[in-house]
Amino acid sequence: MEGAVVLLDFWPSMFGMRTRIALAEKGIKYEYKEEDLRNKSELLLQMNPVHKKIPVLIHNGKPVCESLIQVQYIDEVWNDRAPLLPSDPYKRAIARFWADFIDKKIYDQGSKVWKTKGEEQETAKKEFIESLKLLEGELGDKAYFGGENLGFVDVALVPFYSWFYAYEKCGNFSIEAECPKLIAWAMRCMQKESVAKSLPDREKIYEFILHMKKIFGIE
Amino acid sequence: MYITPVKQEDLANNMAEEVKLFKTWSTPFGLRVVWALKLKGIEYESIDEDLSNKSALLLQYNPVYKKVPVLVHNGKPVSESLVILEYIDETWNQNPLLPEDPFERARQRFWAKFNEEKLLPTIMAIFTKEGKDREEAMAAWVENLKFVEEELKGKKFFGSEKIGLADLVFGWMANLIGIFEEVTGLKIVDERYPLLLAWMQEFYEHPVIKDTWPPHDKMIIKWQALYENYHPAK
Repeated sequence: MEGAVVLLDFWPSMFGMRTRIALAEKGIKYEYKEEDLRNKSELLLQMNPVHKKIPVLIHNGKPVCESLIQVQYIDEVWNDRAPLLPSDPYKRAIARFWADFIDKKIYDQGSKVWKTKGEEQETAKKEFIESLKLLEGELGDKAYFGGENLGFVDVALVPFYSWFYAYEKCGNFSIEAECPKLIAWAMRCMQKESVAKSLPDREKIYEFILHMKKIFGIE
Repeated sequence: MYITPVKQEDLANNMAEEVKLFKTWSTPFGLRVVWALKLKGIEYESIDEDLSNKSALLLQYNPVYKKVPVLVHNGKPVSESLVILEYIDETWNQNPLLPEDPFERARQRFWAKFNEEKLLPTIMAIFTKEGKDREEAMAAWVENLKFVEEELKGKKFFGSEKIGLADLVFGWMANLIGIFEEVTGLKIVDERYPLLLAWMQEFYEHPVIKDTWPPHDKMIIKWQALYENYHPAK
């Protein structure tokens, strides 16, 4: 179980944030290495030759790639504390289904919100809110998607909360107005040290997006 | 022996279970679930949907995507084939699809994701596009296959010594590559990938798998018609 843990990451990445949260929930000490994505390190290219992407979790010298796979790996190795997936197979299937939904929808739809304008942006906002509303439905009256405590779906989704402010500014809309229960959930998650420590400041994300818009020539 | 015999007590448990699988006659995603159920000796009822006229039950069981496959176990639905495969593996413990070791589990999950996010979109692009777009898709496909071939080094299956989750996910290649090659006239997996070709053959002929393939001529007709849709004769 013990052994060196290294995380190759990039501070604004929602995917990296998921792994940071999982490591923090389990109280695992690790070395955080910030990657410059325009100048990827030898280590990154060696540890993730297929995708050359962050985050990469390196445990005892062996790489695990893809954020949700990393979160499951962490849950399975450090299985004596803070379980992220429930023990019941059906509940696990439901958790995996919604984490997969988040992967399929939220990143691309959110990206379209800040990258596009006009008609395209309106469509992007509409689809994005629809997805969030489906997630709100799944949350229901629970404190967390995981029930009483943070679970797999919470870890998969809450990093996007750090990007909501930037989406709202770029899209000129309020996510809270459309999805108040989801925002309440996000703020509840932010009360947890593991989440608060792992998410960057929303103003910094907004600055980052403005910078990206300049680079990509998006108005 | 390719599989260990199913124990009597597991059979008895199965009789108390109700397992239904909503799929179509041809969907490779549904076929993955068929393989998992067969490998574990689980009795189930198969419901083949007409996707142009989806049943009320399917829409009720999968309201988010309205797609097949859906596994319904004692009235409770599970959607998305990869989620279904892991559910099956965790509910019925005989002939595990994933080993105990977390690193090995992560490895197979990684390759399953690679198939979904890289191989499948690329093969569809090769099938549906023309000219420069098709060339680009082919180039991406070649890059992807290099990684897959590399991953098979020193292994009999993607699951290592025996069929695992990753094999079921890659399994579509064992019949569909041949069908696509016949329909498009393109060589899609050539002799540069001997390990992959050997794996495709092994998987195709595996005793549990070999009787599950949808009828070849029916598949050719279906895919030929789809191909002509995307490449109308000028």
